[in-house]
Amino acid sequence: MVTLVSLLQYLVSGLTNGAIYALIALGFGIIYNATTIINFAQGEMVALGALCAISFYHLEPSLPLAFLAGTGLVTIIGLAFERAALRPVKDPSPITLIIITVGGAVFLKGVAMLLWGKEAYPLPSFSGNVPLNLGPATILPQNLWVLGLTAALVLGLEAFFRLTLVGKAMRACAYNPRAARLVGIPAARMVQLSFGLSSALGAAAGILIAPLTLGVYDMGTMLGLKGFSAAIMGGLGSLLGGVLGGLVLGVAEALASGFVSSGYRDAVAFLILLLVLFLRPQGILGGRK
Amino acid sequence: MKGLLVNRWGLFAAAVLLLAGVLKEDYYFSLLNFIGIHTLLVVGLNLLMGYGGQISLGHAAFFGLGAYTSGVLTAAYGVNPWLALVAGLIIAGATAFLLGVPALKLRGYYLAMATLGFGIIVFIVLNEAQPLTGGPSGLAGIPSLSLGPLALNTPRRLYFLIWATVGLVMALSANLVDSRLGRALRALHDSEPAAQSLAVDTFALKLKVFIWSALYASLAGSLYAHTLNFIAPSSFTFMFSIKLVTMVVLGGMASIWGSLLGAAVLTVLPELLTAFHDYEVVIFGAILMAVMIFLPRGLVRGLLDLWEFRNYKRQGGRIPV
Repeated sequence: MVTLVSLLQYLVSGLTNGAIYALIALGFGIIYNATTIINFAQGEMVALGALCAISFYHLEPSLPLAFLAGTGLVTIIGLAFERAALRPVKDPSPITLIIITVGGAVFLKGVAMLLWGKEAYPLPSFSGNVPLNLGPATILPQNLWVLGLTAALVLGLEAFFRLTLVGKAMRACAYNPRAARLVGIPAARMVQLSFGLSSALGAAAGILIAPLTLGVYDMGTMLGLKGFSAAIMGGLGSLLGGVLGGLVLGVAEALASGFVSSGYRDAVAFLILLLVLFLRPQGILGGRK
Repeated sequence: MKGLLVNRWGLFAAAVLLLAGVLKEDYYFSLLNFIGIHTLLVVGLNLLMGYGGQISLGHAAFFGLGAYTSGVLTAAYGVNPWLALVAGLIIAGATAFLLGVPALKLRGYYLAMATLGFGIIVFIVLNEAQPLTGGPSGLAGIPSLSLGPLALNTPRRLYFLIWATVGLVMALSANLVDSRLGRALRALHDSEPAAQSLAVDTFALKLKVFIWSALYASLAGSLYAHTLNFIAPSSFTFMFSIKLVTMVVLGGMASIWGSLLGAAVLTVLPELLTAFHDYEVVIFGAILMAVMIFLPRGLVRGLLDLWEFRNYKRQGGRIPV
């Protein structure tokens, strides 16, 4: 019975991490759809979101305010990154864009290290730390916050893309940018919007996870890579696929570190990624093109 | 052209010998040795990136495979260092083959991610396989290389070996690039379908270059292990792979001599600026972005281009479209 309890416990932590990967994967997917760019700096938005929110919280101890301010500031950083580093590119081949966004990631991480140092900073949980009983296992309120807010964000995003005019315009750009431009959709504006939106999602992911893992300048690299893995597993460009990929990755990782060895936790994630890439590069759910 | 080439290699040899005569302190020889080791890595990566148009974000892994094969075999099992070096080449080459066959069917982002994932897995294994690798605290007691009775145990003695190797590898690569294979590679870089339509077996070609670059990296790794006599996983991180990409980009893609320049600049820079360490990450990131945006052909050719462009404008020429 001990294994069953720990299995449940691993599921809880796996799903929590998975939800964070899902949010990051969504960010990758949104930008990829609008531009076919993979923004390797996406993970740094997660770290910056967490660190900015922590700093705002020190100025004004209100979590909702810190959440909004952190997300807002990182959105601006994302927009600035697009404007400064990606729009001037004359030869937008994948290799060029990979190098630039990797450079951007390294740069932002370095700046975060200069501003916040190498210490890890705490952010209080959104509603206390009293564990709730879930049958024989326990769950922290923050885990519920992560899962709930992720679900809300995914649903909200889905509604945005299906129901609003702007969302539909962004989807049109994803399907066929030229045709979208022909019917009067400002494609450049949509690209900007996609960077803003995905930076905001990344920042939200960072702020949600910070009470559980602390905020550190280099937390974004691994999270970003795993979010990207999730996006690939679900099929690049498929938003729901990315969410599913994130959850699967989170749970697989938690199970592997629980039952096999915690040292190889990250290796498992990337092994799954390699397997998916080699056996089914269009992703588990991907089928388009 | 031929005369020029002879001159270049002659100049290279003369510069290596001249530096050996002029420099006195071991510090400079160590620094030059690291430049040499980095050059080997960067030339290989440049064959893959600059000429082949394929990206590897996990090149530190092959460097690590070479270093650890040499380190473990010589320190723990007393194998002859030269044999261990060859064993490293075989392991790195075989790994590149096994990884390359499925990975090189992928393109762009997928290939970047596959190599990156591979690099991280190797890094984790180096850390976790403690009985074999010594884990995070590293592997000590690696013997020095020796040539017959002459032990290459000072930076000065190693200098000649390392730079002879660099010269050979650069000459080999320059030949490779000028051969039929090299032309096919450049065709592949410009357009894979066009290359295919001209009967270039692009997949075999990519695999060959990938294995070449892994072999260079493994060679560099073995030399590195015997130079420091100590290795630890922290030398083979994702960040190191990024540094190698930065050296390629700064020196100029598809340029053998540029590789030497990129490796030299980015190895010396941290030594020159004492404050560099704190800003290192920021500077590497900024270089990557700035060079790619403003001088996509690398530092030397980019600046030359700008210079020519200015002269052209000053002479009243119209700007070519």
